[in-house]
This record gives sequence, structure tokens and C-alpha cells, in this order.
Amino acid sequence: MAALSDQLLVVAILGYLLAMICHAVEYAFGTRSVIGRAAARPERERVLVGAGVGAAGGSAPVVGTKLPGVDVPTPAGGSRSPRAVLAGRAAVAFTVLGAVVHLAVLITRGIAAERMPWGNMYEYLLSVTFVGVVGWLVLLYRRPTLRHLGLFVALAMVLLLAVAGLVLYVPIVPLVPALDSYWFVVHVATIAVSSGILLLGAVPAVMYLLRHGYDQGKRSFPYSLGARVPAADTLERLTFRLHAFAFPLFTFAVMAGAVWAEAAWGRYWGWDPKEIWAFISWVVYAGYLHARATPSVKRPVATWIAVLGFLTMQMNLYGVNIFFEGLHSYGGLD
Amino acid sequence: MSVDERGTGSEAAPAGVVEAEPPAAGGPGGVGQPSRVRRTPLPLALLRNSWRQLTSMRTALILLFLLAVAAIPGSVLPQRNINIENVNRYAVEHPDLFPVLDRIGGFDVYASPWFSAIYVLLFTSLVGCIVPRLRDHVRALRAAPPPAPKRLDRLPQHAVLTDSDGDLAAIAAVLRKRRWRVVVRDDTVSAEKGFLKETGNLLFHFSLIGVLLGVGLGSWYGWHGNRLLVAGPDNAFCNNLQQYAESKLGHQVDGSDLPPFCLELTDFHAAFLPTGQPESFRATTLVEEDGAAPRRESFSVNDPLRLDGASVYLLGHGYAPILRYTDRNGEAQESDDAFLTIDGNLTSEGVAAFPDVNLDPATGARNPDLQVAFEGLYFPTTPDSPPFVRSTYPAERSPGVMLFAYRGNLGLDAGVPGSVYRLDQRQVSSGRLKQIGEGKLLRPGEKWTLDDGTSVEFLGTRKYITISVRYDPGERIVLISSVLLLVGLMPSLFGRRRRVWFRISPVPPDGVSPADPLSPAPAGATTTSRSSLVEVGGLPRTEYAGFADEFDRLVAATRPEGGRPDGARDDGAPEDGAPEDGARDDGTHPGRARSGGATEEGTD
Repeated sequence: MAALSDQLLVVAILGYLLAMICHAVEYAFGTRSVIGRAAARPERERVLVGAGVGAAGGSAPVVGTKLPGVDVPTPAGGSRSPRAVLAGRAAVAFTVLGAVVHLAVLITRGIAAERMPWGNMYEYLLSVTFVGVVGWLVLLYRRPTLRHLGLFVALAMVLLLAVAGLVLYVPIVPLVPALDSYWFVVHVATIAVSSGILLLGAVPAVMYLLRHGYDQGKRSFPYSLGARVPAADTLERLTFRLHAFAFPLFTFAVMAGAVWAEAAWGRYWGWDPKEIWAFISWVVYAGYLHARATPSVKRPVATWIAVLGFLTMQMNLYGVNIFFEGLHSYGGLD
Repeated sequence: MSVDERGTGSEAAPAGVVEAEPPAAGGPGGVGQPSRVRRTPLPLALLRNSWRQLTSMRTALILLFLLAVAAIPGSVLPQRNINIENVNRYAVEHPDLFPVLDRIGGFDVYASPWFSAIYVLLFTSLVGCIVPRLRDHVRALRAAPPPAPKRLDRLPQHAVLTDSDGDLAAIAAVLRKRRWRVVVRDDTVSAEKGFLKETGNLLFHFSLIGVLLGVGLGSWYGWHGNRLLVAGPDNAFCNNLQQYAESKLGHQVDGSDLPPFCLELTDFHAAFLPTGQPESFRATTLVEEDGAAPRRESFSVNDPLRLDGASVYLLGHGYAPILRYTDRNGEAQESDDAFLTIDGNLTSEGVAAFPDVNLDPATGARNPDLQVAFEGLYFPTTPDSPPFVRSTYPAERSPGVMLFAYRGNLGLDAGVPGSVYRLDQRQVSSGRLKQIGEGKLLRPGEKWTLDDGTSVEFLGTRKYITISVRYDPGERIVLISSVLLLVGLMPSLFGRRRRVWFRISPVPPDGVSPADPLSPAPAGATTTSRSSLVEVGGLPRTEYAGFADEFDRLVAATRPEGGRPDGARDDGAPEDGAPEDGARDDGTHPGRARSGGATEEGTD
């Protein structure tokens, strides 16, 4: 079962890799690419009107503020290459396939270890990325127009899973006694889910910043990508929603950790490096939510705070496990 | 702190066409009243301005960031209250940097003046913000929903019902049933909903204060002590301060406040996997509490021993070799000092010191040059061949102890505190303590005879555990506050405040042209059945995507026969995210109408 899990990981990575290639094909041959847009000039103008003012008039009442014709092969989007649409759909199919296999990796690993597969950094990263990809698919289901962003998601999945498999991999062992508690399930599950969503939330945050810069007239490199992403306020709201959803969950997860820490280490809060960085992330995300709710703080500023929060989460996930010595040293990295 | 909303400004009747928005810039503290400030004496004005600055959202955000930044050094530098050994090691490794960092509190970050200053300021800012907001909220809860604006058609949501029977009481009943706060004034119904958002918001922030109080209480009235407990009745200990290797009492606790209990380790069970990874630990103890008969209690990691007034936590474990030394007079002494584990396979190092051996047979006086000590390594599983430096498995498969014998002055009388797990190296380097021969590996039962005819015998081992005994009276307060915090957080993030108004006018004009301002109609008009025109306006006061839908459903529900409202719907609601904290009333863009708004999620 353990070997099966390891093999399935390769399949999952391949699935995401294929998804990435298909997304890339869609990107290259679709109407969103430079070539595609040159071939379909009117389309582009509609995009700008629709995105810029948000008052697109009657032509596209349903997707007024979004990028029309990105998805749904509408009759209106006649200039769109069918091959690109096919590639895009195949990409989503491969992502779903990858996610299913990804889940199978976790399940088989869990069965082989006879416990929840969250015992070390390898398993934890697999779980967080799984939450991320499920979050992405849910998002995609609700907003198919975001599909072309799948290129970045698939790229991230391939990279993260490869890191997990190549660098962080450890053979299956049962839990050390310190982890042998029902709080393990509660704490780690909620931390993984909330971290996954917060990490996912960073994607629209960065895209919003690019788009916002683009709308401000910046055309230099990173901002030039902004031309290809959805409207700024759509991204901004999406950023907020993901964070607003994840923040209470993250709060609960930290609290569950505190209750567990009381039973395991005798104190509910002891400024262990992991706790310190969870505290920092919490404070930064709280700052984001406050800034978002304050009219005098500009939205890009607030969004930068969310990006900062993402960086602190990264620090906690990798930095603390690798650089610092603490009680949360279950990474399996010596 | 918290959401910078508009204070009470909007509670006053919005007489304008669209609900008046208070000035947004500058946060709550930024709304100054220059004319009043001018009349105030300068110091007072300064004070007031400083207070406003402190309680402004901007300051709160900056303080939040300072708090986050100030927390970072605690993860980079070793901290005294977490690991004193690492701090001492740092001091040795960085002799130049250490004093500087130490002076600015780098090794006690979370107790340092600057860290305290940040959170004290932050909480002052918090109190300064939420207390007035609590007052405003209570006032808002008791106030009636504001009268209808003159022109309902300018609101983000607007509908006109031509076929209504004009029964305001029935409309009010429908709204009340849906838990709106409703007031009927003449020809209008005003209704408001969503106060839970601010209630939750306040609960969240007050809970934060509760958490801080709980933490403070814990540090004032709590205490803890750490020690090592070797198995066996001779090594039992009773709870008092001298019994702890390391202890810390809160400011308000003194040694006599510790609850009386005694603890003896009777058994310790550790199971390991073939790889050497620990699988389970369990310590069994005899507990004697407050004079009651001793009872057997076992505890483990994640499952502490809960006593009256303290909890005992299992932190670690190891082996204490039993060594018997027989001196020149034939007197034998035993030692079972714990050897500290230094790796995962429980290689342990320590010292067995025998200061009171080789006494003068006549006088019984101690001879300071004939004291004996053994420094050594203990291996629960001894390697098959030399070098004997590392154990190969954590359980006792083939125990062995590698001893190095020393004779001379142990330096125990010098009064200099030293580690009991190491020999005093100054005595060794000064030649007052000399090593005898080479090291020797002893198996259980083996005896090593030294050059002077004395001998040491390795009898076996006892298990020991390291424990932490703790009491924190603030825990419960912190827990309850945390739960309340979470309870408050949800509505504060996902709550939505909104208002609707219904106005009835006697005669529907020809066709539907709600754009004209409707002058208040005489109250008698409401009695006109089946011929009155009802105009409805809705205003989401926080970002709320689904408001248009809710508005439609509400309007439909107030019609006698149900169904969708007809007439021109000025669907001007900015589309938007549902869970929205805050302040950004969508009314900030009242004029901008978007096609297809507010139904964004449903469409694709």
C-alpha cells in the first residue's frame, strides 16, 4: 500500500503536468494570447470596456464585469479556436484526474500508516496542496471564466508535489507519541484546510495587484500580465472571500492547537517558533481584514497585506521546519 | 480598533436622497470638529488629538504590524523562558553580540518593554475604539429604524408595486416575521436588519481583552516547576519549591501556596518501533495528595496527571545507571543519578559522584583528595564493537556503561554552582582531579577494580522521567474568551446590515414613473384598497451580493398574492461579495448602475 501511494504520486504529478500542458496550449492558441487577440481584435476591446468601467451595456449582460468569451464557447465568441477550447477542457479534466489520484495518494498513505496522513512535512504538504486543488476546482465550477488561471495552479501543483516527492519524502512510520492524540486530527485538519485556502487566496491577491497596476497604466513586465486576468474588483472580492472564509477556520485551528499544547506540553501558548509564526500570520491577516474594512485604506494596500500574510504562512510552512528548532519538529527532515 | 465604520453618523435620519455617508477619510479619529477644538485649551486639545490618533484605525493597523514584526526575533533568537541552555550556548558562541542583544531584551522578547509597549498601546487603542462603539451600538439597537429617504428610487434597490392593497400593517407583519426591526410611520414602513454583525464584531474585540486578562492572570497567579524523577521510593518527591530543578512562580504566588502532594515513580513503560522511533510512553506513579492514602495514577504524553491545583506533564525519559562503589575501607555506596539522554537512541551521559568515600577510618573526616567520581556514557543497546560512543537502539537490549574514573577533589565545597551531569572541568584542568586509567565498558553485574583496590560495580538501571508541574488559573478565562472570540468573529465577517423602506401613495400615476419624488401622502390614503401604489427601496449597508435577491423575495412576500414585483426595478446594486466586513457601504457609488449586478455567482 505504501508503494502504491508512492507510485500514485507520480501519476498525480503527471496528471497535473498534462493539465499544465493543456492549459498552456489553450493559452497559446486561445483568444487570450497575443496571437489570438491579434486575430480577434474586437474581442479585446470588449474585454477592456467590460473590465474597466464595469458598465458593459447590453451586449454581455451576464458577464458584464468579466472577460467575455473566455470560457463557455458562446456563439458570440465565434473567433475562438475550437482546438483551444478543447485543450482548456482537457486541462480541467486532467486537473480533476490529478486531484482524484492525489486523493488516492493520501488515502493509500493513510491506510498504509494506519492513521491520518498528516504525520510529517511530506504528508502535510500533500494534504495542503490537495485542499488547494479542491478549492481551485470548486472555484472553477462556480466561475468557469477563471479557467485560464489553471496554468498557474497546475504549475504550482507540479512544483509543490515534486518538492514533496523529491525533497521531503520520508518512509511511512507511525506517529510519535507526542502526536498520538485526537487533537491531532482536529488541529492538523483545520490548519491544513485553512492554510490551503489562505494559500489559494494569495493567487487572486497577486492577480488583483497585477491587474490594478495594469489598469493604472503600468505596462512594464509583471503588470503586463495584468491584461490577461479578470477584472480588478472581481479578483479583489474573491481575495477577500477566500480570506474571510479561511480566517475563522485558521483561528479555530490555532485554538485547537493551544488546547492540545496544554495537554501535551503543559501550556497552551509557549512561543514555540511555529506558534510565533502562526501568531504573526494571524495578526497580519487580521490586519488585512481590518484594512479591507476601512475606507481610508486603499484596496491595493489591503491586498498587499494579504500577500504579506501569504509570505508569513510560507515562512511557517518551510522556514520554521527547516531553520528553527522547536516543539513542532515533525517534518521528518534532519 | 476594528472596523472603521461610520460611527453613529448614519443613525441619524438620512434625510437626503441617498443615505448620507459620513466622511470616510482618516478613520474614526480623523473626523475632527475644528470649531470645538479651537475653543479648547491647548494641552487638552493635544490630549484629545493624541487620543484620537491612538484610537484611529491607521494607528491600530500600524500597531498590529509592529506586533507582528516584534514577534519575529523570538523565533530567531533563543528565549530564556523556553530554552535556557540554548541562550547560554548563544552567549558562548557570540560573546560580542550577546550583551547587546541581551540588554535590549532579545532573549526575553515576549517580556521585553518594547513588546509590552506595543500590545499595551494596541489594547488601549482597542478599548478606545470599541467602548464608544459599544455605546453607539446599544443606542442603535434601541433606536427605531430611520425614516424613509425622500426618493426611494435613488436607492440601490427599488421596486414599485401597483397592485398592492396598501396595507402597511400587513407589510410590517411580513417584515417582522422575517426578523426585521420595523417601525411604521404615517405612510412609510422602515425596517432594518443585520445588527448581529456589529454585535459579533464587538464580541470579538471584547473577547480579545478577555484573552489578555486571562494571560495576565495566569502569569500573576500561575506557577510551574520542572524536575527529573527517578523511579523508586527513595527518589519520591513532595511538591515544594526546593524540589524543582527549575521553577517559576507568578508575581502573586509564593512557595507556601503550592498544593501539597507527593509523587513517586513506580514504573515507566516505553515502546519503540524496530527503527527506534518511540511508539508509546506511560508513567505509573503513586500519588499522595493532602494526607490521603496513596493512589496509583498513570499518565503519558498528551494525557497529563491532573491533580488538585496542579497538572503533571510527562516531558521526557531516560535511564539512571545504578553504580556501587566500594572504597578503601570496604564501605560500599550506591548512586542512581540520572544520565541525560543526548540522542534519539537514548545514549546518555552523566556523572556518578562519591564525595564521602575513603573517609579517615579513625575520625570519619572527609579526605578532599580521595573523593571519587565516574563520568560516563550509558548505552541501552551497546554497539557490538568499539568505539563505544553511541547507543544503537533506545530500549535496553544490551545495556552497557562506559565509565571514566576520577579521583581527587571534586570541587563541591567551593560553593560554585555547577552541573550535576558533568565534572567540574576546572578541577580537572588544575590537576586537583585526576583521571585513573582508561575508560572501561561495564555490563550489568560487572565490576571494575581501580588501581587503589577500590571497585565500582554496574548493578543495572532505573528509569527516570522528566516532568513539568504546572498551574495556570488563567487557562479557563483564555479558553472561554477564545470561544467567544470565534463566536463573534463569524457574524462580524459574514453579517450584513441592510435597510428597506416601503412607502404608500394614494393614486398610482399613469404608468410607472417612480422617478418623481413622492410627497408624503395623507395617512388616510392607506385605506384606499387595491388602488394604492407602494414604492420600495432597499439599501445594503455592507457589501452584500445577494441583497438584490433578498430584496426581490421580500417585495414578493409583501404582495398579497405573492409573485414577482412588476414595474421598473432600478437594479443599481453594485454586485458584490457576500461575506463582507464592514464599512464600505455600497452607497459610496450610488449613481453607478451595472448591468447584471449582484447575481454574479449564479450566472456562471
